[in-house]
Amino acid sequence: MNNLFKIAVRNLLRYKRRTLLTASLITIGVVFVLVFTSVTGSFKAMMIGQITDSMLGHLQVHRKGYVASIDNLPLNLNIKPQAYQKLTEALKAAPEIAAFSPRLKFGGMFSNFTETTNIRLNGVYPDREFQTVPLLTSRISAGKKTLSRGEIMIPTLLAKGLKVKVGDAVVVVATNVDGSVNGKQFVVSGILESATGPGGRDGYLHIEDAAEVLRMPAAEISEVAVRLKDFSRLPDVVRHLGGRLAGEVNKEGRPIFEVHAWEQLSPFFNIAQMIDVMTFFIKIMLIAIVLISIMNVMIMAVYERIREIGTIAAIGTLPGKILSMFVIEGFCLGVLGAIIGDIIGSAIVLIINVIGIRFDFAQQKGLLLTATLDPMDLLVISTIVIIVAVLASLQPAFKASRMEPIAALRHV
Amino acid sequence: MPLIIADNIHKDYQVGDVVVHALQGVGFEIEPASFVSFVGPSGSGKTTLLNLIGCLDKPTAGTLTVAATDIARLDRKESAAFRGSHLGFIFQDFNLLPVLTVYENIEYPLLMVQNVPPAERKERIGKLLTAVGMADQQDKYPDQISGGQKQRVAIARALVTHPELVLADEPTANLDSQTAYAVINLMKRMRDELATTFIFSTHDQKIVGEAEVIFRLEDGSIVAKEMKGGASHE
Repeated sequence: MNNLFKIAVRNLLRYKRRTLLTASLITIGVVFVLVFTSVTGSFKAMMIGQITDSMLGHLQVHRKGYVASIDNLPLNLNIKPQAYQKLTEALKAAPEIAAFSPRLKFGGMFSNFTETTNIRLNGVYPDREFQTVPLLTSRISAGKKTLSRGEIMIPTLLAKGLKVKVGDAVVVVATNVDGSVNGKQFVVSGILESATGPGGRDGYLHIEDAAEVLRMPAAEISEVAVRLKDFSRLPDVVRHLGGRLAGEVNKEGRPIFEVHAWEQLSPFFNIAQMIDVMTFFIKIMLIAIVLISIMNVMIMAVYERIREIGTIAAIGTLPGKILSMFVIEGFCLGVLGAIIGDIIGSAIVLIINVIGIRFDFAQQKGLLLTATLDPMDLLVISTIVIIVAVLASLQPAFKASRMEPIAALRHV
Repeated sequence: MPLIIADNIHKDYQVGDVVVHALQGVGFEIEPASFVSFVGPSGSGKTTLLNLIGCLDKPTAGTLTVAATDIARLDRKESAAFRGSHLGFIFQDFNLLPVLTVYENIEYPLLMVQNVPPAERKERIGKLLTAVGMADQQDKYPDQISGGQKQRVAIARALVTHPELVLADEPTANLDSQTAYAVINLMKRMRDELATTFIFSTHDQKIVGEAEVIFRLEDGSIVAKEMKGGASHE
């Protein structure tokens, strides 16, 4: 095998310019795919992190039917205290869950005493909410990073529009479940930067204040945001938790709860999917580049060496060994292109991080792109390149191995 | 027992709509350790006959037995294996592999065809390099040596596997007459030392005189067989 490699490498070195050109093509393809995968993957991961860690949580549990009407924030589809108790037990029993935060969501009117506008609010237990969505505090652009009873955190657009500052008194008015209207005065404790996705422009107040505004004797729960210890286990946890909660049924025998992963709640998931599709097509392009360039160079190699093939066949080299010789050449080209591509691609990713590229996305400004290169991506892309290189060499190599020595020796 | 027995061999080629009868009823026998030449003008069938003996092609009719093997019965893979174990080839254009050094070219059949152990490889190659006078050139590549030297390397490569038969198609055609004689004499000396049968084709009358058995071919048939004394091997 070593000798086959030696001959293959020497034959590649024999046509240095062509080898360099082909390896460069593969390198460019690998670099492009690596940088694209790294940048888009990092963007995707960052956005998912922002969405899940500052708003949604990794998954949410609602009363059955709530999500279908989520835009209306229907109070009549809240989870009642008794059912919430069961849900709490189930969540506490799940070892994969790091934290969970119940929310009482409602829509209301927000007034600074001179102007009034509508607002969506989350009643939360602040400590549990900050544990479940730890990046929420990073969105607080002004004010304190805590929330006490009688205080409210409002989105920045609302604060700007109504010229409300931290420490100002404001009034929240809401229609409660039986149709009557109630109001309560709050002090603005913090201003929240907007975030992309549902709930990105919501305000926050203490859940007991929310229950008071809505005249609930005990807080009902609109949703429970859940944070996992290991985000990669999300599909498993959703499946297991969904299975477990399916056993909780109402008087009609229908399930009380439904479990949704963040993908089902945020439109960003469609963008994330689009990024995946684009990455897939970029990989297809890479495969095409490698396939065409290697096949082209190997066809040329076979054509130029017909007499040599005739010679080695005549002196008794078995067809399988001739095939191996050319396949190994393709393999070496693939390995060369992949290694150089990996090195250059990694260097470019490093440079991107050193330069510090910032970008705006929706309401979020100056996001820092932190490109990361997953070693698994390097491995997968390199493996694809090498496998395709071998496959591309197979046809010319097979042709070489099937060549009649007598015809090959006559070739001019 | 003869090394080669050819009985009423025919070889036809289809060239477009025309059938070319390259060999027509050729029959002969060649004893081991002979130094044989097939002589004839271009198109007489020399190369076709060498290709058949060399197991590179199959006769259209007739039987050809080489080293007790009916070569017509061998499939592609068996033919390659037979060539690798019984035959050596010397080509008109030397056909050394340009990416291998002199040493590696001679080593190639031992390494890639016969899987000979390293120590034995080294010993065999060393002996042959000395025998063909190329020991001091062993690290050079084919493009760094002369035509005569290339042919000496090709002879060493053909002999390194200890074949029973070496086939040389116009081995001196690309050499000047002095080098051609040197190459033929080297082949003869190798035959004497190793008892290997050498068969070469040529149309160079000066070189023909060096052969001990001469078959004259014309239009695909053997028209004469000349004997010039026996081999001097023991």
